[in-house]
Amino acid sequence: MNQRLAGEILSLSGEHLLLVLIAIGVAGSLAVPGAIALTRFASLRRWMLGFANVVQTIPSLALFGFLLPLPFIGGIGQHTAIIALCLYALLPILRNTLLGILGVDRAVRESAVAMGMTRNQILWHVEFPLAVPAILAGLRIATVATIGTATIAAAIGAGGLGVFIFRGIATVDNTTILAGAVPAAVMALVADEGLEWIEKRLSRA
Amino acid sequence: MPNADSAVVLEIRNLSCRIGERWILRDINLEVRQGEAVVLLGRSGCGKTTLLKCVNGLIEPAGGEIRFQGKPASEWDPIQLRRRMGYVIQEGGLFPHWTVSANVGLVPELENWEPPVIEERVRLLLDMVGLPASEFGPRYPRQLSGGQKQRVGIARALAADPPLLLLDEPFAALDPITRLELQKQFLSLRSAVGKAALFVTHDVREALMLGTRIVLLKDGAIDVIADPVGFLAARTEEARLFLAGLEEDWRRQNEPTPGR
Repeated sequence: MNQRLAGEILSLSGEHLLLVLIAIGVAGSLAVPGAIALTRFASLRRWMLGFANVVQTIPSLALFGFLLPLPFIGGIGQHTAIIALCLYALLPILRNTLLGILGVDRAVRESAVAMGMTRNQILWHVEFPLAVPAILAGLRIATVATIGTATIAAAIGAGGLGVFIFRGIATVDNTTILAGAVPAAVMALVADEGLEWIEKRLSRA
Repeated sequence: MPNADSAVVLEIRNLSCRIGERWILRDINLEVRQGEAVVLLGRSGCGKTTLLKCVNGLIEPAGGEIRFQGKPASEWDPIQLRRRMGYVIQEGGLFPHWTVSANVGLVPELENWEPPVIEERVRLLLDMVGLPASEFGPRYPRQLSGGQKQRVGIARALAADPPLLLLDEPFAALDPITRLELQKQFLSLRSAVGKAALFVTHDVREALMLGTRIVLLKDGAIDVIADPVGFLAARTEEARLFLAGLEEDWRRQNEPTPGR
């Protein structure tokens, strides 16, 4: 019995991690270039941040529910969950990347222009490297939040550690709830510490 | 271009500039020749920094013409133009994530010089500004004092051997002793490399010390152009105000201490 539980924790943790990694991967690869583009199109900035903000205010269970009936992107299963998680992860990454790039010291940017660097050179040699710590901080916030939110994905049949939590609630069994909640919490803590460590190492270099 | 004007590095004709409805610069006429250090003197908001930024295309002028090395600025590719004008600002503007060597080698790097040539050039320049490359080259800007950062800034501006240097209050944020040190070094550097320089300051002492010519700006227009000796004799209201500050200092330093 105990061995079966341990095995299930492991496999559901794997599912959970996969959900999170795919969601963060997709969100990151959309939000980072998106934010870079937004640094150049100031007029779009408000709209994009506004959109990401609005998404953020939708309760996660409701968002999963909204996505269910949609054709192609909706339906029962992991892809719907990944889309929802992705939408949630967009804002922190987008905002941090944007602030990181726009926050580069005015004197540094001005001298980069004045020394005759092109816009692309300034972006890739100055702004982006200086924004990396902020971008990583955004990824960290998004990852930790996504690990938590992903437990709700079980509600639409996407699996993950939420399976334990929902099962535990249904059977009024705290042990089962904890079997989902504790690994999720550990995963979040490890991700937080690990990404912070990388962040620190990179900003020291 | 070997014509009679070949010594003129920068020529500014009837330049004007405005931001919104406000005129920042009006009808500026100025020439900077090879080997000259022209100081733009004036109080805050007189347009001196704006003039500097017009020269390297950071600000688009509203009217008039700027010619650099005989060619109108409008015909220059702005990137190429800027790489031929060394630029030093008050806050240094060094790249915090690059070493001192990399910072100094920036423009040669952008111009695709061979790495060994860049390395040699960086070493030479760091030695010239009194920061031995072996010791300071691998450091990061945050490991430098304010004065050292400005030295690196000057070395960076000189790196690709530009015909013109633009300096925007480069020593204003330094303590008086370091400032004097750097001013002296600037003088000896200039006599060594003999470049044209356009130097912005609000400090009349600095202007008199470093300038071969002083351009006093008032409300965006030229009030006085004179060499330092001529400037001391200038009688416009604004010039008197600047010189009065100087006299005050002078008197304070030379008055006998009361009670003796």
